[in-house]
Amino acid sequence: MELDLANVSPEDRKEVERNVFFGTIEQLKGWARSNSLWPLTFGLACCAIEMMAAGGAHYDLDRFGVMFRTSPRQADVMIVSGTVTKKMAPLLKRLYDQMPEPKWVIAMGSCATAGGPYVKSYSVVKGVDQIVPVDVYIPGCPPNPAALIYGINKLQAKIRYEAKTGKQVTSR
Amino acid sequence: MSEENKREDENTIENKSPEAPAPAEAAAAEAADQQEADAAKEQANEEKQQEQAAAEPVADSAQTEAEDVAAKPEAQPAEAPAAAAPPTVEDAAPAPAPERRKETDEEKAARRKATLEAREAAKVAAALAAAEAAKGGASAGAASAQPVAGDTQATPAAPASAASAAGEGDAFAPAPERRKETDEEKAARRKAALEAREAAKAAAAQAAAQGGAPATAAGGDGSAGGDAPPPKPPSPSQPRLDRVAAMLRELVAEDAVEEAYINEANDHLPTLVIKNDRWEQAARLFCDHAELGCKYLRNVSGVDYETHMEVVYYPWNMNAREGYCVKVRTDRDNPSVASATPIWETANWNEREIYDLLGVDFPGHPDLRRIMMPDDWVGHPLRKDYVPLDPEV
Repeated sequence: MELDLANVSPEDRKEVERNVFFGTIEQLKGWARSNSLWPLTFGLACCAIEMMAAGGAHYDLDRFGVMFRTSPRQADVMIVSGTVTKKMAPLLKRLYDQMPEPKWVIAMGSCATAGGPYVKSYSVVKGVDQIVPVDVYIPGCPPNPAALIYGINKLQAKIRYEAKTGKQVTSR
Repeated sequence: MSEENKREDENTIENKSPEAPAPAEAAAAEAADQQEADAAKEQANEEKQQEQAAAEPVADSAQTEAEDVAAKPEAQPAEAPAAAAPPTVEDAAPAPAPERRKETDEEKAARRKATLEAREAAKVAAALAAAEAAKGGASAGAASAQPVAGDTQATPAAPASAASAAGEGDAFAPAPERRKETDEEKAARRKAALEAREAAKAAAAQAAAQGGAPATAAGGDGSAGGDAPPPKPPSPSQPRLDRVAAMLRELVAEDAVEEAYINEANDHLPTLVIKNDRWEQAARLFCDHAELGCKYLRNVSGVDYETHMEVVYYPWNMNAREGYCVKVRTDRDNPSVASATPIWETANWNEREIYDLLGVDFPGHPDLRRIMMPDDWVGHPLRKDYVPLDPEV
């Protein structure tokens, strides 16, 4: 069937303009990625309780396409929720390395951000960004589920912004 | 566990101590007005011993108390909390000179009204207490603790003003504990570099303790509050403590028990300090003896006292539902305590943890390696002298 663009009636033209929109493939990818952020379950301390609550029925992370995975191979984003000890650090790094690109990291809570109350401890890493690149830091001790959702929204916005403008804002 | 509790007590007590002198001083000033100045000077010049002696005169009961002390030397060490060393009391005493002087004023007020013979009796009591103190480190605390009780009884007898007595009652109810703590902590940290700080603290604590005593005319030993509770009844755990100490002396070795006392703060837990090289036999006794029957080990913990290390075991008798606390001290440079793992399997991981964090060696342990820190970790992080290799990250 041939489409004669010259002879499209004004009504049809209006209809087409209303239903078809144009963009880049990058934006399409950003749209898809940002709405299917699958986090690697990485509960290390009390923040994990809040993360679980965020995943539960009341806050329901699933509505944002966020579904927890138990394997790094299936995950896009690592939510480091809790205190990273020096003993845990190599394992965290390995799991991060096992995640396929593209991948992001959310540092949830003050421990993962900067060591939190354990900043003077002999055994705690003073911020997970010393091991892996972090895209979003969520303050709080622990942050409540709404704060986590806000952080995830921020990451989504970053991914879309990157796709739209081409400027790199995530720390890959 | 119990150590931590004590530590906390110490802290709170230290925090409180600054408040304590305030009413004491007020009371002292009040008293000083009433007294002739020369009398005060005279008092101030008196020796500490005499003050102590003077502390008791008010109390008819002080004498009885002292007699009790003499009568039951067995019971005393039990009353005393961990090693109150007599010399520390002596050392601390000179520091709070001003307080003592005020206190002497107070003391004088009470003393004046006390009869001469009462004073004599008190001196006898003090002498007895001193003798006790000289006898053994452990008994020192008890020796002083007993007169305290006597003072308490004496209070009503003392013609102190009602107001000052009431004031004390508030401020000094916890006084006896405070005093014990100071002694204990002093003994433990004496060798540490914190000497100056300790001295100041001790001075403050004792000043507070003494300040509380004025109306009761309590001397260096005085630490009971005016309306404070009547003399403590013997601990309900005392028979158990005496029994287990006697058994250890009889069945393990005469010198097996270094100290034995009741940890009142911890639900009157009978607490024993066992000689290091007798610990293995003692543990066997706790576990296997039909009467003790401690088949279960509740907890093991380690403490770094800077002067020495201590490993604390909590055996428990499931049938009788009663337990003990057993402390084993060891050298700090080369810490070693016989493993209890062959006797109680529970001790396995607990001892690994103590090895990991404090570096105590447990000969006889089947698998002594780190349990919490990474295998390649350098040092034992909970030792007081631990310096991390990497200050950051």
